[in-house]
Amino acid sequence: MSQTQHGSTDGTLAQRPGLPEHAPQIEGTTAAPTLFENPGLPPHVHRLADTDPKAAKRAERQVAALFTLSILGTLVFLVSYFAVDPQTPVYIPLIGRTLLQNFLLGLGMGCGIFFIGIGAVHWAKTLMPDEEVVEERHYLRSTAADRDGAVQALQQGGEESGIGRRPLIKATAAGALGLFGLPFIVALRDLGPLPGDRLSRTMWKAGMRLVSDPEYGPIRAEDVTIGSVFHVMPEGIDKVHDKLEQKAKAAVLLMRLDPADIKSTKQKAWGYQGIVAYSKICTHVGCPVGLYEQQTHHLLCPCHQSTFDVTEDCKVIFGPAHRPLPQLPITVDTEGYLVASSPFHEAVGPSFPERGHR
Amino acid sequence: MSTSLGGRVVGGTASYIDERTGAAKAMRYGLRKVFPDHWSFMLGEIAMYSLVILLLTGTFLTFWFVPSAAETVYTGSYGPLRGVEMSEAYRSTLDISYEIRGGLLLRQIHHWSALLFVASIAVHMFRVFFTGAFRKPREINWVIGLTLALLALIEGFAGYSLPDDLLSGTGLSFARGMILSIPIVGSYVSSFVFGGDYPGEALIPRLFIAHVLLIPALLVGLFVVHIMLVALHKHTQYPGPGRTEQNVVGYPLMPVYTAKAGGFFFIVFGVTVFLSTFAMINPIWAYGPYDPSPVTAGSQPDWYMGWLEGAIRLLPGWLEFQVFGWTFSFNIAIGGLVLPGLVTVAAFMYPFLEAWVTGDKREHHLLDRPRNAPTRTGLGAMAIAFYVLLWSGGGNDLIATHFRTSINDITNFLRIAVIVIPPIVYVVTKRICLGLQRRDRDLVLHGMESGRIVRLPHGEFIEVHEPLSPQDAWQLVQHDAHRPLPLPEGADGNGVRRPGTRAQRIRAKLSHFWFEDRVEPVSPAELAAAHAHGDHHAVTEEHTEMQKQLQTGRH
Repeated sequence: MSQTQHGSTDGTLAQRPGLPEHAPQIEGTTAAPTLFENPGLPPHVHRLADTDPKAAKRAERQVAALFTLSILGTLVFLVSYFAVDPQTPVYIPLIGRTLLQNFLLGLGMGCGIFFIGIGAVHWAKTLMPDEEVVEERHYLRSTAADRDGAVQALQQGGEESGIGRRPLIKATAAGALGLFGLPFIVALRDLGPLPGDRLSRTMWKAGMRLVSDPEYGPIRAEDVTIGSVFHVMPEGIDKVHDKLEQKAKAAVLLMRLDPADIKSTKQKAWGYQGIVAYSKICTHVGCPVGLYEQQTHHLLCPCHQSTFDVTEDCKVIFGPAHRPLPQLPITVDTEGYLVASSPFHEAVGPSFPERGHR
Repeated sequence: MSTSLGGRVVGGTASYIDERTGAAKAMRYGLRKVFPDHWSFMLGEIAMYSLVILLLTGTFLTFWFVPSAAETVYTGSYGPLRGVEMSEAYRSTLDISYEIRGGLLLRQIHHWSALLFVASIAVHMFRVFFTGAFRKPREINWVIGLTLALLALIEGFAGYSLPDDLLSGTGLSFARGMILSIPIVGSYVSSFVFGGDYPGEALIPRLFIAHVLLIPALLVGLFVVHIMLVALHKHTQYPGPGRTEQNVVGYPLMPVYTAKAGGFFFIVFGVTVFLSTFAMINPIWAYGPYDPSPVTAGSQPDWYMGWLEGAIRLLPGWLEFQVFGWTFSFNIAIGGLVLPGLVTVAAFMYPFLEAWVTGDKREHHLLDRPRNAPTRTGLGAMAIAFYVLLWSGGGNDLIATHFRTSINDITNFLRIAVIVIPPIVYVVTKRICLGLQRRDRDLVLHGMESGRIVRLPHGEFIEVHEPLSPQDAWQLVQHDAHRPLPLPEGADGNGVRRPGTRAQRIRAKLSHFWFEDRVEPVSPAELAAAHAHGDHHAVTEEHTEMQKQLQTGRH
């Protein structure tokens, strides 16, 4: 930009030095003594298709061929939609087994769309003008007259409404506007019930049988061998109406350890001949603690890798969880099936603020 | 006006519309609007087109998807799940995949497009950040863009939670654990969100209306404002010969940009369809219906939630404690609530912070080359390093299984690395930028190595350096030379503290942090001195000519 334009009044940025409020204000940048001059746009270089009619014709044919590929792609989609059986599987190298129709539909639709794009871009790049155009920028800031006018209009409106002179209207209007939204906030109250103590309770009751998940069969103590793990639910969970909600709290893991390996007396007392039951719901964010290492008796949560040591009352030995998994006290009933001897003594699952309240 | 029938019909219609809308005026201006060309300007376009693809495919999916947690028994054509109890949501998603012709393809396009949407927004934001495109007058658009990015994350999470398969249910139980960790009111919020106990039947219809109406409306509305502001500001451009703060150099909307950008929509759409055809994503039939008691190993959220997942995995358990009987689970809350909050606030504030530190009130339409803003580029790289480390924390189990390493070691390493590595990345990046700037100076002062070795009469060998063309040299010398602000005097002549100096001192300190280490662009005087010196390359007439061209001082 040359100096001659600085005095112009066409509203472009070039007039900056002429308007004090627009003047560049940059602190800490001391302009170098002399700056280089912008050399201007480099000379334009013509493409082959601009000068050689044969090359232009060739480009035209290429664009037409690309659009034709698109047409063929859409036809492949239409034919496959009606003529190919939806359930026929097919093996495609590198992709594996898939459904033939779905594959052809995707291929056809993809070509139908993709080659329009490639064709249009090729057209633009080879045949449309490639000489760059210069557009001037203009200041976004309104003129001083417009800014004053806006302020005046606002003030005039305020005066004409009389809001400043009539405090009674001002106060009541503010009150009304401030309150009218409240019903919409209050109405959100019934999004759900208050939590109550439901987070602290599970279905487990004294004498309730442990049944395997998902077969729901009762479990005999002798069926639980050392090294095996049972995924357990309370008996009757498949009959309740809120099955998933109860499962989310009541899921239990049943394992048998050599009683000599158990280090906690409470753990031994709440178990039965080395068989122990622990809540399966992680005390971190509530994933099911699904992985059991038979040799080390570690339970691992596959979501965030909290690791619990079953020989030490399921205390946390690694990962982001803080609390041990709660233990379910168990015993056997008269028929030899495992039953809970009491409910859980604490809330299961992830922590919540009132968890420690009694 | 054409006299053919077609021409008369088009002309007549155009005239009819213009007489009722006055649209010709806007068209005359709009159709010749100039857009600069650069590959990095296409990143935002990918996001824009992905949004269109998502709206299109999403509309199709709503025709068949049933947003209900009501229980049903599957009787469809996918054998392994026949007779299994599941929710209507999962059943209908299976039906879209197996009974509706092209339904699976639409689902896959929708999911792939969602991943691309968030990814292209992220990379577009990198471009805007590293080139300083957020500077005046575009700060508001940075804020809008960031809001769009956040909405895209929430929209994506809501979307992949809808099918009610085992993986998405695991994600929801994770979200519920996070909600429960909100201090004091967590259980209440959870009970309100889920309509009672988890998982409950209320959430899927609620998520659905958020996913198909509430968030898309906000996304589309804000996106329209975003793009209108781009048109109003006119696009930024990279510095180069002929490009100034007062102009925009490029191609007009009609015909070149219509063909290029319009064509690019079809390319993005086409590539998304190919991806969906060739690469299976989210095979919900393999996961099974949601049940709170089982879980699959290697459960992963979609990529953009990975950093939060990583934070949750890395935070140690001792951050949970009880005070006065209340349980505070900061091992979850920091990762799930505090961290995203802080990151968001920092990102929202950055343009305003930088403007305050530099004291720069000018409009900027020429982009910075990232090397010319070393501190900003370093800070950006630091943020990316932090993000990537958290993200890899979210995949620590996969790293452990794929590379046969101990998951405990990986987790412990990342716990430290997340804090130690980002500052190192900052320093290294800044040094690389300064090095590149020195190289630019060297190129301008001494020209390009030509590879031509010449022996001088007295026996000395020199390599001939070719001077840069004025256009190439301009690219390397056009930027501002920022210098740190001087520290203000703390007290006036009588020893009285000046009001406001505290803020000024902070500002001056930050300014030193930003600009203390700097490499300034070559000035014409330096170039002249280098040529007069002319020790290791022959001074030719070309140099003097270039000097003349470059040196006709503009201010």
